[in-house]
Amino acid sequence: MTNQALNPQDADLRPEAVAMPARGFDFAYWWDRVGILVVLIALVALMVVIAPNFASVNNLLNIARSISINAILAAGMTFVILAAGIDLSVGSILAVAGVASVMTGIAGLPAPVAILVGVLTGALAGLINGLLSSYLALAAFIVTLGTMTFLRGLAYTMTDGQPIVSNTLNFRDIGNGYIAGIPVPVVIMVIVYVAAWFVLERTRYGRHVYAVGGNAEAARLAGINVKRVLTSVYVIAGVCAGLAGVIFSARVVSAQPTAGGGYELDAIAAVVLGGTSLVGGRGRIYGTLIGSIILGVLSTGLILMNVQFFTQLLIKGLVIILAVAIDSLKQRTLRLPWSKAIAAQKAA
Amino acid sequence: MTGSRIGPTMTTTTSRQPLLQLEGITKRFGATLALNNVHFDLRAGEVHALMGENGAGKSTLMKILAGNVTRDSGRILMDGNEIDIRSPQEAVSHGIAIIHQELNTVPAMTVAENLALGREPSTRFGALDRRAMISQAREKLARVGARIDPRSELGQLSIGMQQMVEIARAVSENAKILVLDEPTAALSRSETLHLFKIINELRDAGVGLVYISHRMEEVWELGDRVTVFRDGTYVGTREKTEISPPDVVRMMVGRNLEDLYHHDRHSPGEVMLDVKDLTDGAGIGPVSFQVRAGEVVALSGLIGAGRTETARMIFGADRPRGGTVTVQGKAALASSPAQAIARGIAMVPEDRKDQALFVSHTVEDNIAVSSLGGHVNAGVLQRTRIRNAVKKQMERLHLRQNALRLPVSALSGGNQQKAVLARWLMRESDVLILDEPTRGVDIGAKSEIYEVINDLARAGKAILVISSDLPEAIGISDRLLVMRSGQIVHELNSRTASEEDVMSHATGTAAQTNGEFHD
Repeated sequence: MTNQALNPQDADLRPEAVAMPARGFDFAYWWDRVGILVVLIALVALMVVIAPNFASVNNLLNIARSISINAILAAGMTFVILAAGIDLSVGSILAVAGVASVMTGIAGLPAPVAILVGVLTGALAGLINGLLSSYLALAAFIVTLGTMTFLRGLAYTMTDGQPIVSNTLNFRDIGNGYIAGIPVPVVIMVIVYVAAWFVLERTRYGRHVYAVGGNAEAARLAGINVKRVLTSVYVIAGVCAGLAGVIFSARVVSAQPTAGGGYELDAIAAVVLGGTSLVGGRGRIYGTLIGSIILGVLSTGLILMNVQFFTQLLIKGLVIILAVAIDSLKQRTLRLPWSKAIAAQKAA
Repeated sequence: MTGSRIGPTMTTTTSRQPLLQLEGITKRFGATLALNNVHFDLRAGEVHALMGENGAGKSTLMKILAGNVTRDSGRILMDGNEIDIRSPQEAVSHGIAIIHQELNTVPAMTVAENLALGREPSTRFGALDRRAMISQAREKLARVGARIDPRSELGQLSIGMQQMVEIARAVSENAKILVLDEPTAALSRSETLHLFKIINELRDAGVGLVYISHRMEEVWELGDRVTVFRDGTYVGTREKTEISPPDVVRMMVGRNLEDLYHHDRHSPGEVMLDVKDLTDGAGIGPVSFQVRAGEVVALSGLIGAGRTETARMIFGADRPRGGTVTVQGKAALASSPAQAIARGIAMVPEDRKDQALFVSHTVEDNIAVSSLGGHVNAGVLQRTRIRNAVKKQMERLHLRQNALRLPVSALSGGNQQKAVLARWLMRESDVLILDEPTRGVDIGAKSEIYEVINDLARAGKAILVISSDLPEAIGISDRLLVMRSGQIVHELNSRTASEEDVMSHATGTAAQTNGEFHD
């Protein structure tokens, strides 16, 4: 190209500064959206082939029931992580809420009250987490590490360190019943996910959760009450943990002070596996559900294959590391041109 | 070989062999031609300014030089020999150093550790030789005349000092070519002057410097030659002595910019924003002023004069210690931005990336975030209505509709700023505070932003603008309030004010006017 003459009339001939998105199949774009589903399908296909009896209706319902508790915890955890927080206390909340609901049931109060007490216990614990981490601006990791220990201690204290077994527990159907042939915990799990999806995608509040996680200062200057949003996500995580606690104790027909130990990590693993970024602001609730299912399918499949418990732990650990690696890779590719369309826009 | 191979495309030729020649470089990203057969050459001992609007291809060319991007076609010659730059390591080995807008240093480490990064001296026993590291660091810093303690933690230093450390590192690596990409964007005036001194010293020492900047004054102060790109094409290279700044602007945008600040002055209406005795109790204020409906008022002054602090207090982003704010006669002193917004005040903050944007979210979400409350039916977001409202604002600001679902980070700086503006246009606030609305924005987007400000004033909004670009502040406003040391010290009519007037009041060198304001 030779030296262009300077022509003021050129202005009209200027190409648009913004480029057209690239045509054709954009792998990165689609992988970001449905990649995790592909992983699940592949895993299920693998299990059907190698694990005996995997594909039976009974087994699939069992898997669904076994994942429901972790999936419900993970749904609440998704809100917290989307808002760029973390909640290590959900396993302990589960225990305290379970103990509270069983004690209420044993005290002779009707089942709905017992269930409500469990859920409200979770909400209260979540409120404490939220207030401490948002209004006192304490690091969520440390706050919830503290409440995790405290609430575990509380569960032991309430039960004197012993399980409280009540074979006549009035809300045992929550853990063991069926509705139209589907286990009640599975029904509850589905309701929780539909509600969570609706709140995150279709309400103003949900968009504010994403905004706060994406950039808290920008959210504040955009008119969002950041502290209130931050507090509320811990309440939601607490409610989910309370609900999970009720289901857990109904399932084992007792109050177990040791219930839910380590569940917080499974929940976080499901969220991250589902593609939600630990940095906040990015992710989808259905990803979390699929993440929970992957973890459940994996452990059930390993049991069916008679893989030793120790080996199961090794595999589960590797999967979690893989999930975090994927998250970090996504962060990096966000800065790089991770999709053709963005590369094209960036270049312009 | 004498003369330049690319001589015919340039208006000047030199008998000296250029240090670096880029010939016919082309780079395509997907469907976009980022660079189309461009030329650039650099002599030893010169400062060569590379100019162009955002998206002109400057950054792509620099990425090719830095080894971060490989060209599709074209030749790179160094001292007349063809070379290839396939990685950042190769760039370094060819003596090319780039000082990016975002610094490439480790803030948590000390200055000395940063300077020794990758080549740490060790003792005979293989341990890190801290003493040698620190004395080497002193030497390296001395070469660029930086008075920085090598033991201090890098992150604790000002951006200017951190940049000095990076330049010291480049110099210590015996860089023959130093590329500076918008180096003064975050620097104070004194840091800028120091940087200029070092640039001049490096030039005298025979280093070839490429200087990328939007700031014409800097280019004019430093540059020996200017090359202009537009839309990925090479427009031309000129000796500074041959041309004037308006010529360069014309080269950059391909048209005249006489009516860039074109602004119909209308008679302002009633008082919309009334600020009385606002103070933060820590050196800012008491500040009192009014902005009328249909009026554009510029807050002028040096950085640190208290302009942003005042704006943030009005918007509820920071808590004032005293004073009142009213909007249309109603009390509007807000304790949070949410409250201020509810009372009809909007603010485009100074720092787009940290304070305004959700970079990983879509353009649509970024624009809609403050207006969701107005599009809710029984608690459910009305997504079609929201999308239509967003589209309307995008159209108004000439943002392409196909950007709707893209991450806002994929837009250029100018388009990102338009997205932030669209957020508040959608909200239809009565009072708009714009803090440096055109910083880091290309000239095309600038003129569109001015147009929007003009439209808003015509529609009866009250607009308060903070701009460090003096011609802009004067050109787009009706009145100027000059701040110094946290006080409004003078008021000027924009029609008659000159840059010198504003500066003399901003720096306190003007004759005292008994503290009386006059139009």
